[in-house]
Parts: sequence; structure tokens; C-alpha cells
Amino acid sequence: MSIPLIKVENLCKTYENEGVETPVLHEMNFEIEKGEFVSIMGPSGSGKSTLMQILGMLDRPSCGTYLFEGKDITKFSDDELAKIRNKKIGFVFQSFNLLPRTSVYENIELPLLYDSDHLEKHNDEKILPALKAVDMEHRATYLSNQLSGGEKQRVAIARALVNEPEIIFADEPTGNLDSKSGLAVMKILQDLNNHGHTIILVTHETYTAQHAKRILQIRDGKIIADVKVEKRLIADGEGELLK
Amino acid sequence: MKLSSPIKISYKNLMAAKFRSFLTILGIIIGIASVIIVMAIGASAQQLIIDQVNGMGTNLIGILPGASDEEGPPASVMGVVTTTLKTSDLDAIMIKKNVPNAIAASGYVSGIATAEYKSTSSQSNFQGVSAGFIDVENNKLQAGRFFTNEEDDGVARVAVIGSKKAADLFGSDDPIGKVFSLKDTNFVVIGIFEKKGSSGFSNVDEMIFIPLQTAQKIMLGINYLNFARVKIDSFENMDRAAADIKYTIRMKHNIKTSAGDDFSVRNTAQALEMINKITNVLKYFLAGIAGISLLVGGIGIMNIMLISVNQRIREVGLRKAVGARTRHIIVQFLAESVFITLVGGIIGIIVGILVSFLASVIINYLGYSWQFLVSLSSIIIGTSISVLIGIIFGIYPARKASQISPMEALRYE
Repeated sequence: MSIPLIKVENLCKTYENEGVETPVLHEMNFEIEKGEFVSIMGPSGSGKSTLMQILGMLDRPSCGTYLFEGKDITKFSDDELAKIRNKKIGFVFQSFNLLPRTSVYENIELPLLYDSDHLEKHNDEKILPALKAVDMEHRATYLSNQLSGGEKQRVAIARALVNEPEIIFADEPTGNLDSKSGLAVMKILQDLNNHGHTIILVTHETYTAQHAKRILQIRDGKIIADVKVEKRLIADGEGELLK
Repeated sequence: MKLSSPIKISYKNLMAAKFRSFLTILGIIIGIASVIIVMAIGASAQQLIIDQVNGMGTNLIGILPGASDEEGPPASVMGVVTTTLKTSDLDAIMIKKNVPNAIAASGYVSGIATAEYKSTSSQSNFQGVSAGFIDVENNKLQAGRFFTNEEDDGVARVAVIGSKKAADLFGSDDPIGKVFSLKDTNFVVIGIFEKKGSSGFSNVDEMIFIPLQTAQKIMLGINYLNFARVKIDSFENMDRAAADIKYTIRMKHNIKTSAGDDFSVRNTAQALEMINKITNVLKYFLAGIAGISLLVGGIGIMNIMLISVNQRIREVGLRKAVGARTRHIIVQFLAESVFITLVGGIIGIIVGILVSFLASVIINYLGYSWQFLVSLSSIIIGTSISVLIGIIFGIYPARKASQISPMEALRYE
């Protein structure tokens, strides 16, 4: 039996601010296998973003264990977590977070700058396939402020892909996009999953969550449901197909 | 992470807000330019003075009335009238058994008077000197002759004049043999010096030289010397000759120990050393003052970098999210700070060199032999200071940036 990519046991998170403790996550337990497309869905304030930040190693849990590829990452230093994020994790944010006054090519290059095993002369070998995966080769020299919202999000996905991560975290990736651009982004994520990438999608919308294959439903910091999506939406770029 | 990456980022940020960037580095530009200008002008002034002293010759010993310690000048240099040095002291020095290494000597007195020839008159500097003056100083005659010991002893009214004074007073007339009046006393021109320029802090070309005793008794009504110079046969004998001179004068003045000296003896090498010490201290002191503006500039840099860190919180969060370690963030912001100050420093060096060059052109136009001296060391110092300021004033903002939590940064509005 293979080791799950992510295994969470009795995970909790409490924030402390000026002596006041605010519990956000309570005793979470779940596993995610390699190649899954999981949506973490819940209303505002449910703790879904906090869970994503812990799973993405941007934050640490207050209690419990988090095993990533079988290793307990709660014991790792900040630099070790940064190294894992660089090599194993890709992020796609709601507000794109592209560098201003920087070209598409250079934005995608960003994770490679911090990869000590990567040589600059091999840049094209990694960046060009990432550009192709999101259909943005023709915009490689454009500056980030010259792109539409949908194009920016595609560049963000390419940046998340460039170092061939194990897992991509997408936090409300269609939140700032029109429906057509949002559909295009969901299609890319589904295509990536079809090619073997593990995708974790965080959203408050049921419609968006239905593009995944499995939904972890969260309310008040607890998992209230962990279900397989029966009627999955397939984004084909023009409209939706219900599978 | 390659260093070219933060440098590219720094350049983009600088160009994105050109006017703000210019104001940021203005303090550095002014500071570095000031340091370069002060050091260049200081070096040129130092060289001008050294050239003046060297122009007098290096085998000269100067004798001044009034006592002083080894390091400082006597009061007579500051304008205090001291009457302890006499012509008879020179006569004693020129006795072979007293100072065997002395080959020539001259006493000096000076004044200002109106020189008149036909309808031309002008205020003129005159100097009363011994017959030995022509051997002591490196002045050559272009016409005529110098006065003799007999003419000096006889209080003769003869004069040797500088080339410019000859042209100003006599115009196209040949001055040799002509009579002109100096302070209502008639003098005959017997010689004209070659053009020499400024040397020993006086300009021979514009001066009138008359016999020492004529100047003392007829023109000034004094019996003492302002100072004296003795030429020594070789540089190696300077110390010995100085000791002989001191002994001779002490014998003449009935002085038992050096504590009772009423005169001071200096040689050219000592003078040069003292000049170098004083001008070096002045030069570096002034450069230090100029450097205060660098402190202000550095504080400005730190302020701008802190603002930059605040404006780029999300960017820092993103970089950490994709794998940047603490040291990457520190290097990035520190490199940006050093880039800014280095750009300012380079512009400051260029401005400093241009202003120093302009100053040398103007000063040369005013008639001084002023060299344009910008040393490689001052450029290296200027560049190093720029880099140092970038590091010192950039480290705090860089550390602040590195401590940003990626999670909070990505939430930052």
C-alpha cells in the first residue's frame, strides 16, 4: 500500500492575539493520495484558508501531526519547509500575486531562482513547457500589467507548475475572474489533474467545488463531510459538461 | 539565487519612480562629490605649496628671529616683529671655521613702496637682500648683473628687478642703466631676473631687489633681519650645518643652552614635512566634515528602504511561498540598498571630478599654477564608502523584510 501524499491526524490550530486565544481548526483527520483532485469547501470563516496554509506549509499546526510523503513536517525548520515548498508545492492565489514590472517569463522563473539544484542555463527546459501547458507561449515577453485577469491566473498556474511540484494548491483561483476566464482556469486545472498532478482547490462555491473529484466540506473548523463528487462538472472552455 | 536577480529588480524599481529615486540618492551624490572635491582640492593645494617650497631649493636652511619648538613656527612668522636676528649673525655663519658646509647666505628684509619711472608709478613689493642672494636662490639674470658686497656695504642705490616689473614700469625702454624712484629715493637698474613665476611664497617677476643695508638704513630704518637663508653644499650635510649655525648664533648672542634661543632654524625638508602633516590633517578633517552629509544620505536610504519593504509585503510573502529562505530575502534587499548607494556614489564621483576640474581651470586662469589632482585612492574611497553606507543603512530594512510571515504577507491588503 502506497504512502499517502498528505496525512493529517488530530490537526488543530489556535491563534493567539494579545492573550486572547481563538481556536480555528479542531481535530482534523484525513488523507489525500497522489493524483487526487480535492476541493476544500466551506463558507467564510470556516477555516478552509487556514487549513490550506497549514497543508501548504505556510503556517504550522498548534497540535496534531501533518505527514507529507510520510514525513512529519511539524518538526522541520523554516528553511526546510521553504525548500519543500520550492520543490514540492505550487500555489495559485485568488489575487494572482504576479511581480509588477516583470515579464511573464520572469514571473514563471521565480521558483527556479530559489532552487539551489537548478542551473540558469536550463531555464527554458522548465519554463517553456509550463507556458505551453497554460497556452501562454505567445505572451512570454509581455509585462504582467499588460495581461487580462484570466491571462494573469494562467501565468500564476504556470509559475506553480514550473518546478514540477507534487501538489498544487489553488486558493479561490476563479474568485477575481469573469465566468469565461474562470472556466478556462478550471479546464487547465482539470487537464493538469488528468496528467497526474495532485490538485487541492479551496473555494466557498459549490459550483467551483464540483469541478473536483472529492470534496472536504468544512464548517466552524471541523470536517463535516468527505465525499466523492457524483455529478462532476467538466470545464471544456465553452460551457460545462456534467459527467 | 544569483546576484544579478536583485540587481535587475533594483534597476526596475529605480526606473519605475525616477524622480523619487533621484531624491533618494541625492544625499549620497552630494556627500561623495564633496569628499572627492575636498580631497582633490586638498591634494592640489598641498602640491602647490610643496612646489613653492621646492622652488626655493632643497639645500636651504632658514633662520628666523624668535624662538619656537621643533614642531611649530616662531612668532615672527605670525607677523610679530622680532629684532634678534642681525646681519652680523650672517657674517659669523659665513666664516668657514664656524659653518664649514655653508656656501652662500643672504639676509632678507621687505617692504612696500611706490616705484616711479617717468609717468608710470605703481605700488611695488621690494626686498633688501645680501649679495649672496644670487647664489642662495635659484634665480637667473636675463640681463645685467647682481649687486656686490661692496655695494651692499656702501649702501648703494642700485636695483635688480623682476621681468614683469621691468615691463610694467619701463614699457619698451631698456631698464638697464635707467633711474627710477622708490619711495622718493633714486635707484639705478643694474639687472633684470629671468621670468620664474611664484616660488617660496613670493613672485620674483613682480619684485624689486635692492642691497640689504640700503633697504635697512635708507628705506626701512631698521637694523635687524626679517629672516635669513643659508645654502649648504649637499643635502647630506644639512643636519650638521644646522647644528653649526645654531652654535654660531648662540655664541654671538651669548646664549648658554637651547632653552635660551632667540632664533629658530628650519631646513626645507623639515618645512615640507610640516606642510605635509598640516595639509594632510586639514584635508582629511574637511573630508570628514563633508562625510557628515553622507550620514544624512544614509538615513534617507534606510527610510526609503523601509517604505519599500512595506509596499512590497505581498511580494515578500510570495517569494517565501515559492521557496525563498530568510537569507535570500536579506540578500535581495541589501543588494537593492547597495545598488542605490553605488549608483549615487558613481554619480557623486563624476560630479566631484567635474567640479574639481572646473576649479582648476578657474584657478589657473587667475594666474596660479594649480594642478588638477584626483587620485585613484579618493575614487576607491568614495566607491567603498558608498557600498558601506548601502550595507549599514540597508541591513535593518533587509532584516525586517526577512522576518515577514508569508501567511500574513499574502493576506496583506
